Amino acid sequence: MVEATAPHHAEAETTSTGLSHRKLVMWAFLGSDCMFFGSLIATYLIYQGKSKVGPFPEEVFSIPVTSVSTFVLLMSSMSMVLAYAALTRGNVKSFRVWIFSTAILGMTFLAFQVFEFRDFANHEVEIDCTSVETANLTPLEQKLAAKCGEGDLKIVEQHGLTPRTNLFGTTFFTLTGFHGFHVTLGVIWLLSLGFLSFKGGVRPETNLDVDLAALYWHFVDVVWIIIFTVVYLYGVFPGI
Amino acid sequence: MTQHAQTQTGDGGAGTAHAGHPTPLTYFKVAMVLAAITAAEVGVFYIEGLGRGIIPVLAILSGIKFALVAMFYMHLRYDARIFSWFFVGGVLLAISVVMALLGLFQFFV
Repeated sequence: MVEATAPHHAEAETTSTGLSHRKLVMWAFLGSDCMFFGSLIATYLIYQGKSKVGPFPEEVFSIPVTSVSTFVLLMSSMSMVLAYAALTRGNVKSFRVWIFSTAILGMTFLAFQVFEFRDFANHEVEIDCTSVETANLTPLEQKLAAKCGEGDLKIVEQHGLTPRTNLFGTTFFTLTGFHGFHVTLGVIWLLSLGFLSFKGGVRPETNLDVDLAALYWHFVDVVWIIIFTVVYLYGVFPGI
Repeated sequence: MTQHAQTQTGDGGAGTAHAGHPTPLTYFKVAMVLAAITAAEVGVFYIEGLGRGIIPVLAILSGIKFALVAMFYMHLRYDARIFSWFFVGGVLLAISVVMALLGLFQFFV
């Protein structure tokens, strides 16, 4: 039997385990969310290489760009943990600086994702008709190369990737889209805490609120660590 | 009644049985290690000669990153062990689900 009491301050609670039940529930939620993302990653891997038409991953992915966005998300985790550390030290001003930095880094990551999705949707295939070497071309490029007529210098056609284009598009956008949705919720949560701190809603004694938000944010980060490796690096590695 | 056995959670209600948090410098060092591993992953990606050998390399590197974030940033190294069990249990179940699905759809064939 567990009863909530507030002997010293509003946030203290008495539990049979000596552990915060809110935090326990958060860890249980994160554990279950692992299975959610696990299913999406498995689905992506199962349908990998089974698309009949392009664009294919190697045609649209830009590893340098995604590496930068990955770096941004990793740094946001550092600023989040510094926000929590500042609050536990009682430095609310420093907490605000770090929590808003985290939110800005999160929004930067989302901007990268929007840019990437837009780039994929407007993907263009260009063929230089003057020097066509069909051996190095993808099936889609070979199809376009066949259209090269006499006097044509190059052929450009738009072959955008959307969730309806092929199996790769469906599984990729579902997986990364759900991750982006998690990041969006996290940014809203962080901004809420930041603005709440101006009204006295976030204090060193109530740091559990920030601790829970931090756990969620770091979870979003570890999920991206896996997605970046499995989808982007392993998915388009030329040696496999 | 178990009321006498109940414990009040400390740390502003966080109730985490901390054995002392790392300093901001440690957090910064962890971030630099994470950035370096990410750079190594991208570097490995461009070594075409690795072939399928890239799979264990990437798995180990991303596993280290995952563990560093969970242990230091999510404080699992310092918090009560039960939190680790909740999370690790979820991760293991997720890995089982992934492996079962991949096996079912003949991914390894």
